[in-house]
Amino acid sequence: MAQPVTKTIPIRHCSFEAKVKTAGDGPPLVYLHPAAGPIWDDFVEGLADRYTVYAPHHPGTGETQRESIHSVDSLWDLVLIYEEIFNALGLHGVPVIGTSFGGMMACELAAHRPELISKMVLLDPIGLWRDDAPVAPYMVMSPEKLVATLYKDLSSEPVKKVLQMPEDPDAAATLIADIVWALGATGKFVWPIPDKGLKKRMHRIKAKALIVWGEDDALVSSVYANEFAARIADSQVEIIKDCGHVPQVERLEILRPLVANFLAA
Amino acid sequence: MKVTSFHFMPYRELPDDFPKGLDSAWVDAPWWEYGDANKVSDFYNWSIDELMLAARLGFDGIGTNEHHQNPYGFMCNPNLFGAILAKMTRDQGLDDVALVQLGATLAATSPPIRIAEEYAVLDCISGGRLVAGVPLGLGCDANISYGITPMDQRARWREAIDLMLKAWTAKEFFAWNGKHFQLPKVNLWPRPVQDPHPPLLVPGAASASTWDYCHERDLPYAYLSYFGGKSAHNVMDRFWERAAAKGKDANPYRASFLQLVGVAETDRQAEEEYAKHVEYFYHKLLHQPTYQIAPPGYSDYKSLLHVLKAGKDLLQFSDLSIELKPLKAKDMIANEFVVIGSPATVRDKLEAMAKRLNVGHLMVVLQFGSMPHHVANKNIELFGREVLPHLQNIWEDQAFENAWWPKKLRNRRVKPREMAIA
Repeated sequence: MAQPVTKTIPIRHCSFEAKVKTAGDGPPLVYLHPAAGPIWDDFVEGLADRYTVYAPHHPGTGETQRESIHSVDSLWDLVLIYEEIFNALGLHGVPVIGTSFGGMMACELAAHRPELISKMVLLDPIGLWRDDAPVAPYMVMSPEKLVATLYKDLSSEPVKKVLQMPEDPDAAATLIADIVWALGATGKFVWPIPDKGLKKRMHRIKAKALIVWGEDDALVSSVYANEFAARIADSQVEIIKDCGHVPQVERLEILRPLVANFLAA
Repeated sequence: MKVTSFHFMPYRELPDDFPKGLDSAWVDAPWWEYGDANKVSDFYNWSIDELMLAARLGFDGIGTNEHHQNPYGFMCNPNLFGAILAKMTRDQGLDDVALVQLGATLAATSPPIRIAEEYAVLDCISGGRLVAGVPLGLGCDANISYGITPMDQRARWREAIDLMLKAWTAKEFFAWNGKHFQLPKVNLWPRPVQDPHPPLLVPGAASASTWDYCHERDLPYAYLSYFGGKSAHNVMDRFWERAAAKGKDANPYRASFLQLVGVAETDRQAEEEYAKHVEYFYHKLLHQPTYQIAPPGYSDYKSLLHVLKAGKDLLQFSDLSIELKPLKAKDMIANEFVVIGSPATVRDKLEAMAKRLNVGHLMVVLQFGSMPHHVANKNIELFGREVLPHLQNIWEDQAFENAWWPKKLRNRRVKPREMAIA
């Protein structure tokens, strides 16, 4: 297994110093992380077996400067930063996988520069809004309620593993601070309602899309699967049973072949 | 010491089982279940009357604030109340009392020159008696109730203060091309009476970045805590350490402290009289989880890490929705969250607290929680007659200049007012 390395890419837009974690040596694939910050879990690691995975860190999160988020004023700035990262890495017509907030960003980029993205896997993305199925206010919840909203079964082994905190109090404090800050840094572009006009832009998307949803997602209801599908011309929906907001943790054994087949087809 | 009578204007008659089942008393308490506009009519009027009583008794200031969508206190715009108080105090010859607006939330008001205008109006009506509070605003108010992006709030707040100061003082038209606010032509009418502008006051809740902001700009800081002088040692010690590190002196008038106080004839009577109102305040009105006070992005990363690593060494109580419930009024009195007792007890405790924390401004809350109007009046009157004159002498024998109080009121010597209190 190749150890991931982090590339530093100076971005002209907003003078942002991008950090992109990468591993593998196959064809390129981009992974966009969820609102709580960068992750490099079994799902992403598995992708690196077959692809060269590029996983950019959202401004202010992961290995980027925490304060860098204050230079990124708008969603427009953020999209241009992603575009510049793709250009710097020579990524053009590549598959992108986006989880939750990352799924929204994949759609935004695919609408802005359709030719950059060949295929998209959207895992329980946010970015649309229905009054009859409001997205849960995940930024203003107790930690207990947040994890109960994210995951269907808190007693399952993979979920327990994800929720495990470091024993060292300082390391735990830093981890919590990083997660809270990541929620704030991504939340900057979706607060207070994660509906910032994506619905008007999605008709521009050319990428073929696989839309995957946990049937019991309590953060963003699976009714949104069809909302995304209706706006992306070439799309298919897969609903995973007995699964909450995070299929890549909760139902990895089902998700993996779905994604592999879609990308290989 | 300058002593201000501060009012939150709470909902005084919540049912005994409140906040059953609610995650928070803030934002989450449905008006249609708990609110009664006819009762609120009394609450507002009583609160104004209680502040006016304090003004007649010779308090240095009377104070109001802004909060939203909760029973803890809902003066949605403190300047509505400030305007009433400015006019009433002036008409009643009480034009030596300061109006401490602590204050209107610039970061959640768009455009923030609306606050610059309103503050100028208050300064004009009152004849130069305004203390212009510039709170950052709590997350539950600014972010949840008013929709401001938490990550932007501090930057909006700083920019809005700069804009307000320029709008008050510029002797030219200017365009404001800020990051958060843009205005094509600013020419504020009216401007404040105080020259160059009313003193600012920055309230805070132990954020290190707010202390630095104060020290860098020579602004005073008001530590708003509900856990009394003892629990404030840690925080205020750090505030003064930062002051020294930034080359500022230990002038006590740089700092204010807020304190809930209940006075009765004896310690025992005071405990009996105020216990239920103390518990109502801490158990019902302060029922609020941390994630509402500071949603992600609200605290800057450095402060966040600092608070998480220092943990209970810095702030003993953070999740108010859980940690306060086991405490009874007697515990809160024993721990001096609240200062409850006879005039002598209250005098001694407040004097010791002011000296230990090195604060030159004290904001006392004399109506809190469910306290009915007649009890509040008694409390204010006992405090005003028996405690206030003593506290006002603190720091007077020292050569500190109070540069953070309306100029015309700085050298006010309080004489006991002779009047009939209704």
